[in-house]
Amino acid sequence: MLLKKHHIVEKNVFVLILGIFLTIIIGGIVEIVPLFTMEQTIEKVEGVRPYSPLEQAGRNIYLREGCYNCHSQQIRPFRDEVERYGHYSLAAESMYDHPFQWGSKRTGPDLARVGAKYSNDWHVAHLKDPRSVVPESIMPGYPFLAERELKFDDAQAHLETLKMVGVPYTDEQIENAKADLYLQAMADEDYDELLARYPNAATGDFDGNPAKLTEMDALVAYLQVLGRMVDFTTYNPQLNLR
Amino acid sequence: MSQGSMAQTASTPAAVNYNMDVVRWAALATVFWGVVGFLAGDLIAWQLAFPALNFDNEFLNFGRLRPLHTSAVVFAFGGNALLSTSFYVVQRTCRTPLYGGKALPAFVFWGYQLFIVMAAIGYVTGVTQGREYAEPEWFVDIWLTVVWVAYLAMFVGTLLKRHEPHIYVANWFYLAFIVTIAMLHLGNNLAIPVSFMGTKSYSMFSGVQDALTQWWYGHNAVGFFLTAGFLGMMYYFIPKRAERPVYSYRLSIIHFWALIFLYIWAGPHHLHYTALPDWAQTLGMTFSIMLWMPSWGGMINGLMTLSGAWDKLRTDPVLRFMVAAVGFYGMSTFEGPVMSIKAVNGLSHYTDWTIGHVHSGALGWVAFVSFGAIYHLIPVLWHRERLYSMRLVAYHFWLGTIGIVLYITSMWVSGIMQGLMWRAYDDLGFLQYSFIETVEAMHPYYIIRATGGLLFLLGSLIMVWNVYKTIKGDLRREAPIGTPATVAAE
Repeated sequence: MLLKKHHIVEKNVFVLILGIFLTIIIGGIVEIVPLFTMEQTIEKVEGVRPYSPLEQAGRNIYLREGCYNCHSQQIRPFRDEVERYGHYSLAAESMYDHPFQWGSKRTGPDLARVGAKYSNDWHVAHLKDPRSVVPESIMPGYPFLAERELKFDDAQAHLETLKMVGVPYTDEQIENAKADLYLQAMADEDYDELLARYPNAATGDFDGNPAKLTEMDALVAYLQVLGRMVDFTTYNPQLNLR
Repeated sequence: MSQGSMAQTASTPAAVNYNMDVVRWAALATVFWGVVGFLAGDLIAWQLAFPALNFDNEFLNFGRLRPLHTSAVVFAFGGNALLSTSFYVVQRTCRTPLYGGKALPAFVFWGYQLFIVMAAIGYVTGVTQGREYAEPEWFVDIWLTVVWVAYLAMFVGTLLKRHEPHIYVANWFYLAFIVTIAMLHLGNNLAIPVSFMGTKSYSMFSGVQDALTQWWYGHNAVGFFLTAGFLGMMYYFIPKRAERPVYSYRLSIIHFWALIFLYIWAGPHHLHYTALPDWAQTLGMTFSIMLWMPSWGGMINGLMTLSGAWDKLRTDPVLRFMVAAVGFYGMSTFEGPVMSIKAVNGLSHYTDWTIGHVHSGALGWVAFVSFGAIYHLIPVLWHRERLYSMRLVAYHFWLGTIGIVLYITSMWVSGIMQGLMWRAYDDLGFLQYSFIETVEAMHPYYIIRATGGLLFLLGSLIMVWNVYKTIKGDLRREAPIGTPATVAAE
C-alpha cells in the first residue's frame, strides 16, 4: 500500500518539496488557465471601452481610499438584486479593470451601476459628509478629496502602462491623455473630440468648484460612468450562454 | 518510527547549540503585532457602529484601516507566530541548529519586519494594489519575495542537515505553507509599475481572470498561511503539551496530502453567481465541500491526541487554548463548506456572515493556537521554571472565548438578517427594504461585535503582562489551577 512507501517522502526533503509542488499546482492550472483560453469567458457586447484618463484617475482614488472594502461592483442574477441595482454584471463590463473591483462585502450598496443614478452635486455632498444626505449612513466622510488638487502630470504614463497590460488605448488617446483629462472636468466646453474617444463619458465641473481640478472631480467622474457603457436594450443573453 | 516517538526524542535535552535568538524575537513580535492588529480591528469595528470615529481623516478612515487590520493580524501576528514556531520546531525535531548560521535566520526575521512596516505605511497613506490581503504595492512585493526565498532556503537547509531519519509531520505542514505561499504571492502580484520611481502599478490581469487569480490567492492565504502553517504548530505543541503521541500517523499522511491538494481548488466559492463562468463556480463549490473531510481529519488527529490526557484540560489552561483552537478549527471548517454551497452562498455572500466565519477561524483557531504555543514557549525560551501566572492564562482564555462567542453570534444574526432583508418582498411585490434600512438594522449587532472584540483585546493585554513578568523572572504566588482560587489571594 502507498502509505507503506511514505517513508521515502519523509526521508528525502527534495522528494517532499516536489510532491508538495505538484500537488498544489494542479487546482490553479485547471481553474485559471481556461479562463484565458476559452472564448466564451467574456461575453460579446457592444459599448465597453477603456476608461477616460479622468475616470481612470478617479478609479485609482477609489482604490486608494479602499472603497472596495465596503462596496461591491458585481450584481448577481437574482430578482431582488436586478430590481435594486439593475442588470446583472457581465464579465465584459470589467474587462479593462486593472485590478478588478468586484468586492466581497456590501457594508454599503453595490456600485456596479451607480453611474447617472445621482447628480454630481449629490455625490459631492455625500462624499464630503454622507450623513448630510443619508442620515443613517455609516460611511466615512471624505472632505479632503474636494480640497486637494488632482495630480495628473503623468496621465500619459498611466495610459501607456495600462496599454502594456492589455487595455487597447489608441496612440491618439495616449497622446491626448493629459488634455482629455483636463477637458473632461471643465464646464461648458466643446467635448466632441473627447466624446468621440470616450463615448458616454460624463463631462463638466463635477465638484462645483471651477477654480480647481480636484480629486473629487476625478472620483465623481469615475462613479458616473460605472455600469453605463453597455446598452442592455440590445443585449441578448442567449447568445452568450456559458 | 511513529510520530509520537519523534516528538518524544525531540524533547530529550541534547548538546545541540540551537539558535533560539530568532525564536525569542519572533515570539515577542507575535505578541506585539497581535495587540496592534486586535486594536486596529476593534477600532474599525467601533467605526462601523459610530461613523464619527472616522474623524473625516484620510489616515484614519475605515477604508485604509481595514487592510491595516487584516494584514496586521494575518501577516504580522500570524506570520510572526509561524516564524517563531517554525524556527523552533524545525530545530528541535531535526536536532540541529538553523541553517545559515546567525545571519540568515536574522535576515529572515528582520527582513520580514521591514516588509510589515513598509506594507503598513502603505495602507495608511493609500499606497495599495486594491486586492484584498494582497494590498502591498510592487516594490514591497519584491522585497517580500527576497525574504521568502531566504526563509525557504533556511528551512530546507535545516531539514537537510537533520540528525533524525524522518522529517516530522509538523515540518511537512510548515514546508507546504512556505512553498505554496511563494507560488501564490508570485502568481497574484504580477503587475507593471507606472514608473520605477513611483509606487503605483497596474495588475497584469483584468476583470474575470484577475478575480479568480485573486481568490485563488485569497482563499489559499487562508488555506496555507492560516491553516497549513498552524496545523504544523498543532502537530508539535499539542503532543508536547499533552505528553501524548500524535493520535494517528496514517491519518496525518492522508489528511496532509488531501488538504493541500483540495484547498487550491476552493477559490471560486468567493465568486458564486458573479460573472465567473458557471463551470468554475461549480468546480470550486465541489472541492470546497470535499475539503471538509481532510479538515476534520486534522481536527480529529489533534483532539484524539488528548486520549488519556483529557484531565489535563482542568489543570493546564495553556493546553485548553490549544484544544479550544482545534475545536474552533473544526467548527469553522464545517461552516466553510456549508457557506460554499451556492444556495447558501446566495444568502451569505456580501454579508457579515462571512466576517463572522472568518473570525471564528481567525480568533478561535489561529489566535488561540498561537496563544497556546506562545505561553508554552516563553518559559522554555527564557529558561524560566514556569509562566508568571497560570491563573492569568485562564482569565485570558475566558475573556477571549466570551469575546469570540459575542463576535460570531452577532455576525451570524446580522449577516443572515441582512441577507434576508435584501431579498424580502412586501405583499404588493415591491422590495420591502431600502438598502439603508438594512444598514440601520445592523447597528446593535455592530456594538455587540465591537464589545466582543474589546474583550478579546483585553485578554491579549493580560497576555502581555504575563509574558513580561515571566521574562522578568517573577512568579505569582497562586494556588495551582484546579484548587480553590481563594488560596491564591496575596
